[in-house]
Amino acid sequence: MANVPADLKYTREHEWAKREGDRVRVGITAFAQDQLGDVVFVELPKVGAKVTAHQAFGVVESVKAVSDLFAPVSGEVLEINAELPQKPETVNKDPYGKGWMILVKPSNAGELDQLLTAQQYEEFVAQGGGH
Amino acid sequence: MASRYIANTPAEQREMLRTIGASSIEDLLVKIPPKARLSRPLALPPALAEADLIRHMRALAAKNADADRYVCFQGAGSYDHYVPSPINHLISRGEFFTAYTPYQPEASQGTLRTIYEYQTMIAELTGMDVANASIYDGASSLAEAALMAHAVTERTEIVLARGVNPLYRRVVATYCDGPGIRLREVPAPEGVLDAEAAGTLVDKKTAALVVQSPNFYGCLEDVAAAAEIAHAAGALLVVVTDPVNLGVLEAPGRLGADIVVGEGQGLGVPMSFGGPNLGVFAAKAELVRRMPGRLVGATVDKEGHRGFVLTLQTREQHIRRAKATSNICTNVALCALMATIYMATLGKQGLQRVGELSAAKAHYAAEQLTKVPGVSLRFAQPFFKEFALRLPKSPASVVAKLAKQRILPGVPLKTYDRTLADCLLVAVTEQRTREEIDAYAAALAEAVRSPQRRHR
Amino acid sequence: MSAYDKLVFELSSPGRVGFSLPESDVPGKPLAELLPRKFLRGAAPALPEVSEFDVVRHYSRLSRMNYGLDTHFYPLGSCTMKYNPKINEDMARVPGFARLHPLTRPEDAQGALRLMHDLAGMLAEIAGMDAVSLQPAAGAQGEFAGVLMIRAYHASRGEKRTKVLIPDSAHGTNPASTAIAGYEVVEVKSLPNGEVDLDALTREVGPDVAAFMITVPNTLGMFEPRIMEITEICHAKGVQVYMDGANLNAILGITRPGDLGFDVCHFNLHKTFTTPHGGGGPGAGPVGIKAHLEPFLPAPVVVKDGDTYALDDKRPKSIGKLQAFWGNFGMLVRAYAYIRTMGADGLRSVSDNAVLNANYIMKRLEADYDVSVPGPCMHECVLSARRQKRQGVTATDIAKRLLDLGFYAPSTYFPLIVEEALMIEPTETESKETLDEFCDAMIQIAREAQQNPAIVTSAPVTTPVRRLDQTRAAREPNLRWSPTR
Repeated sequence: MANVPADLKYTREHEWAKREGDRVRVGITAFAQDQLGDVVFVELPKVGAKVTAHQAFGVVESVKAVSDLFAPVSGEVLEINAELPQKPETVNKDPYGKGWMILVKPSNAGELDQLLTAQQYEEFVAQGGGH
Repeated sequence: MASRYIANTPAEQREMLRTIGASSIEDLLVKIPPKARLSRPLALPPALAEADLIRHMRALAAKNADADRYVCFQGAGSYDHYVPSPINHLISRGEFFTAYTPYQPEASQGTLRTIYEYQTMIAELTGMDVANASIYDGASSLAEAALMAHAVTERTEIVLARGVNPLYRRVVATYCDGPGIRLREVPAPEGVLDAEAAGTLVDKKTAALVVQSPNFYGCLEDVAAAAEIAHAAGALLVVVTDPVNLGVLEAPGRLGADIVVGEGQGLGVPMSFGGPNLGVFAAKAELVRRMPGRLVGATVDKEGHRGFVLTLQTREQHIRRAKATSNICTNVALCALMATIYMATLGKQGLQRVGELSAAKAHYAAEQLTKVPGVSLRFAQPFFKEFALRLPKSPASVVAKLAKQRILPGVPLKTYDRTLADCLLVAVTEQRTREEIDAYAAALAEAVRSPQRRHR
Repeated sequence: MSAYDKLVFELSSPGRVGFSLPESDVPGKPLAELLPRKFLRGAAPALPEVSEFDVVRHYSRLSRMNYGLDTHFYPLGSCTMKYNPKINEDMARVPGFARLHPLTRPEDAQGALRLMHDLAGMLAEIAGMDAVSLQPAAGAQGEFAGVLMIRAYHASRGEKRTKVLIPDSAHGTNPASTAIAGYEVVEVKSLPNGEVDLDALTREVGPDVAAFMITVPNTLGMFEPRIMEITEICHAKGVQVYMDGANLNAILGITRPGDLGFDVCHFNLHKTFTTPHGGGGPGAGPVGIKAHLEPFLPAPVVVKDGDTYALDDKRPKSIGKLQAFWGNFGMLVRAYAYIRTMGADGLRSVSDNAVLNANYIMKRLEADYDVSVPGPCMHECVLSARRQKRQGVTATDIAKRLLDLGFYAPSTYFPLIVEEALMIEPTETESKETLDEFCDAMIQIAREAQQNPAIVTSAPVTTPVRRLDQTRAAREPNLRWSPTR
């Protein structure tokens, strides 16, 4: 099984969420980038945009696949990873680090607790949740 | 009787059935329920042998007033331009002609390279950054541009100048109905965009302002002024143009266009009663991911050699399905190939000559035709290769009379605009000779002469 | 192979010409005096400057970098790559057709209008439909027109239906065309054998559903055995049924969409009716309909009055126009010539032999590849490279290896519901010898996948270029040539 850091929370759509004080950083998992293959394009919302938990906030594309990016929590986008549109390969190289996508100020902190733990996510993937 | 297009002989059919383990072809059709079966032969005319087919087809063709037997002054979106001989020979090569969309790039480099050349030449002519590998025709290209402007700006109205080909405007209406895009029209009382009216109509709801230049009436529009109006309101400017004119006319991209569309039929594609045509579509680089249709990009193979592939395919229906930028699948690659060979053959100098000759002959024709008593130019605007004539007699009757002399004098405008019921739209390309133009002027003089004058 | 690697721009030499245009024979001023400067191009366009022979040799050489149907077997499933008869090309090039202006008055275009009228009639008979519009330029535009007619029909009855049901095995154009027509697309899961799940369908059809859109035979090459029940279930709920006619080549003279209960169906003239694919179009996608949809046909419609043909544009309920003129007439001429050549018996024989050839291939390959659904199939069969994938050989690898062995590839990864799909459609125009050679190659590849997978995964090696870097093409789009590169 690929890399699933224990300190992060996960969605069934393969995003990770990391609490950073009163903010939440969001990206896609190592499993997700592996399934997609070479990422060639990332479309992110504008700073200031509102995102809603379980709803699409952007798009990630490989040569022959498109995936919507789903927000793990609701809130306002405080920052986006401006490097990604120019260097989409960062998502493949460092999905949990430099390949992060958005930083959100959550409007409902409770949503974070409803996400999968690392162990639950690993089980979900192992049970074929990847497809 | 055996068909020359089916190879299997009865003996081979039996052998294949033996391999399959079926006793007859009927055995292979068992999943079709009996009540669904057609119980009689199709009611079609009997099969024709090749010689009989040729006779029949030639008889049909003989009933058409084609531009070989008639002198064609018709335009309005389809033109009798020069088609260099190599085009037909080259496109008829089976390797081009009978290939499919280049899904396996290693076995399709010929098609991919020609499309890349096409994209380059169209981008150069239009003054845009990127061009796609073609849409069905000029009208559907404009419709796709309207949908794209709607998607890019997230605005709900398209403002169209009345100088935009009315047939195109109808196609735009068909495409914009589903997404609920509202269409508004700017009048052109003097033959060109009423800038003041446009300024009022174009606002924060406007996704795009659309102008055509030269427009449907042949008049040249002030594209730069239209761009200012559109951009001041945060809307896109879509320009409809005929790329064959762009050897001499300014590239719309240099005048502020965000999307350029048009009919590429003049670039070596036969008129063929209106289709297949060639939809030209070009845009600024920042809009590329919203573009419809196929795009070819350069890359390298695993040994580092230059090669070409279909790229940015995630925009398209086979991947994005209901969320695709467009439903377009196949395009008109073969017509794009004709245009590519045309642009290569004509080249830098040739396309300029086509423009210069067309404009010179059109202006000569306008001069000669307006010498006919009662005949005048409808609009006092600069025109290029096409112009609207006001006639003292019904344009339809003039067309009927001149047809007897094997002249196709133009397109009556009544169907397109009732206020122009007395007008005939005349197109003159580099194909027309002085002799033909003079004969037209003489025939027109005869056709519009009033009967009373004969009694005098 | 020493590959040719030029683009036409790289052949350019300043001052060289490839065209022949006369000197002006009319008096008059130069362009700069005829038109205000602001309309004129500042600098001449940077088009190539080459001789006519440069052009001929360049494009001839480029053509040799392609596999075409005339040179290679092209088993591309769902695309019906059958022989494109040469006589059809001659006919489309007759000046009376090729040099006819679209706005020539109907009195002077009677031959063209009669051809269109009669072709529409023949297509209606073939599909069991009441009327056919020839205007759609391609299958996708035919779908779009069909869905718009359905929408107009429901609206005319004051019904507000917002959804269209489409199986998950459908061509991508189906959901795309439907979405542009303003509908919400609802995907319906297919049964594992590719057939429609009648229970799921019965659950989904309701008062908010406008249409069900389905391909027959389906994209696994199978005839839906319960198709008439399906159309009845839909009609009982006021739902219109649309048939994607991509696979019509399987059923000519055997069964007809109209008789199966379909309200709309489109035709791909570039598939079933032999018009050339041209490297990806132009095709033509006429759409056939039952009488209740007739008022909504795209305008204009070719009509016959006595012995005279005309274009009827006074159709207030029409969905409108789809392209500037009347349809891809050049393609209509070819399809007409084909149908007149074949006649009823000939067309029936087309489908019989298309089905026979596909079943023959399926039988010969069933030991070496997984068959997605047990046969008999119709005009195409879908295999899976599931087994080969375990050796590290994918459907893509098999496709590339076929190129080395002298064949174009089957469609791969479609339909989406089959893992590692290889969709093979031989068509009726191929001989048994060609099918055998192809099957031998496929069996050879299956053995290579077991014994020496590197041969397959490193293919192709005989083509003008080897596998291309798609990622680079998408990450750094280079969509036009420039002299600095």
